[in-house]
Amino acid sequence: MKELSYYPGCSLEGTSREYGESLRGVCDMLEVQLHELEDWTCCGASSAHCTDEALAIELAARNLALAEKGGRELLVPCVACYSRFKTAEKEVREHPEKWETSCQGKVRIRYALDFFCEDSLLEAVKEKVVMPLSGLRVGCYYGCLSVRPPDITGVKRFEDPNHMDRLMDLLGAQSIPWSYKTDCCGASLLMTRTDIVRRLSQRLLEMAREAEADCLVTGCTMCQVNLDTRQEEIGKEFGQKYDIPIFYFTELMGLAMGHRSVKRWFSRHLTDPIKLLRSRGLIG
Amino acid sequence: MKDTKSEMGSTGLRIAGNGEAIDPSFPDLVGQRSGENFLTCYQCQKCSAGCPVAYAMDILPNQVIRMVQFGLKEKVLSSNTIWICASCYTCSVRCPNDIDIAKIMDVLRHIAFGSGIKAAERDIPIFHSVFLDSIKSKGRIHELGLIWQYKTKTRDFMKDAALGWRMVRRGKIKLFPSKFGGGREIKSIFRRYEKGR
Repeated sequence: MKELSYYPGCSLEGTSREYGESLRGVCDMLEVQLHELEDWTCCGASSAHCTDEALAIELAARNLALAEKGGRELLVPCVACYSRFKTAEKEVREHPEKWETSCQGKVRIRYALDFFCEDSLLEAVKEKVVMPLSGLRVGCYYGCLSVRPPDITGVKRFEDPNHMDRLMDLLGAQSIPWSYKTDCCGASLLMTRTDIVRRLSQRLLEMAREAEADCLVTGCTMCQVNLDTRQEEIGKEFGQKYDIPIFYFTELMGLAMGHRSVKRWFSRHLTDPIKLLRSRGLIG
Repeated sequence: MKDTKSEMGSTGLRIAGNGEAIDPSFPDLVGQRSGENFLTCYQCQKCSAGCPVAYAMDILPNQVIRMVQFGLKEKVLSSNTIWICASCYTCSVRCPNDIDIAKIMDVLRHIAFGSGIKAAERDIPIFHSVFLDSIKSKGRIHELGLIWQYKTKTRDFMKDAALGWRMVRRGKIKLFPSKFGGGREIKSIFRRYEKGR
């Protein structure tokens, strides 16, 4: 039994609900116990770091200070929160005099994807796979902040990462090679410059199709929302038809490990994944 | 020394040959606040070549660096580039001189917020301020509340309305906010920010 502190982040209460549900489901199956931080608050996200540095560091550090009280490693599913936490950690370690916080940067911060891609966890996952995802061609989409900047993420292959690919192969799926693993989807412009989001997302969907991916898999809440929810309008704008389900990696883990709630998670997608999974005989 | 002073005039600004206003203190300000040494930039343009949103920018990232070196404060702060930058860090990881360009973009936004210079993008600064208001009053982001506040300020109620409804039907929009978290600590973080420290 492994125990971690858990910071869900704001999106997992709303637009990325299925990420939170599937993450908790998978953790239960792997006997990873999560202790949600009591009274956690928003990490500040893009808006804080675009507005003021101290605001960005101190809003994030407040949550890290809560985690330090618990002493456990901190699991963070949203990569935007993760990036803010790691940046705050670096700052309070290097320039403690600059910031008003009790946080000392002592707790190990784990991004959920990195956590599950660690060798010991991969072993545990392998043992639990009851329904290999054979015949499913997945494009692993890492996006920006899960790999960049590498002095924050610690990812060595930041231009061509392969850790999620390894996880997908272990689940029995076929991870496909493609060149757009770490290209930006438009991220935080999702409510403001939707024209940019549509153009960037269209290129990703088009490249996924060219690489003959059945679906894309991600660990980023903004990537999932941008790619999943706008396929219809992107199709209309660019004279194409896209029907490429966008999964959270935890959903495919749950599917391969036989979690009973998968259909509820999938019902929250706007680009329906059930049809694809039925055609591959992976869901009833 | 005397010459420089008269050139700068009462505003502290100099005028370049092409009529652009130059603020000689601007490069130092950006350097101090970012901690980056951008004087090493030799204009290889790798940052702009890899930038996914360069097509929508009025000044390219490599040009921004050059203009900061020259002290073209107003030109840089009134560009749409600083707002459109999506903070994807592609430029920063590819720079052969290790200049964290994404961080410099952050600092330029910080300076722009207090500068009184009109932002070239209307909605993006509004979004950031509404987002921060939401944290200040609720501790966490309640997406529906955020969307409502943003739409009230931009007066653009129809944009993404149909999409929003489809998301509600799939249980992706939480109707009510969580209890206020963080209380006094959040308030004092914002108080320090509003006082300008």
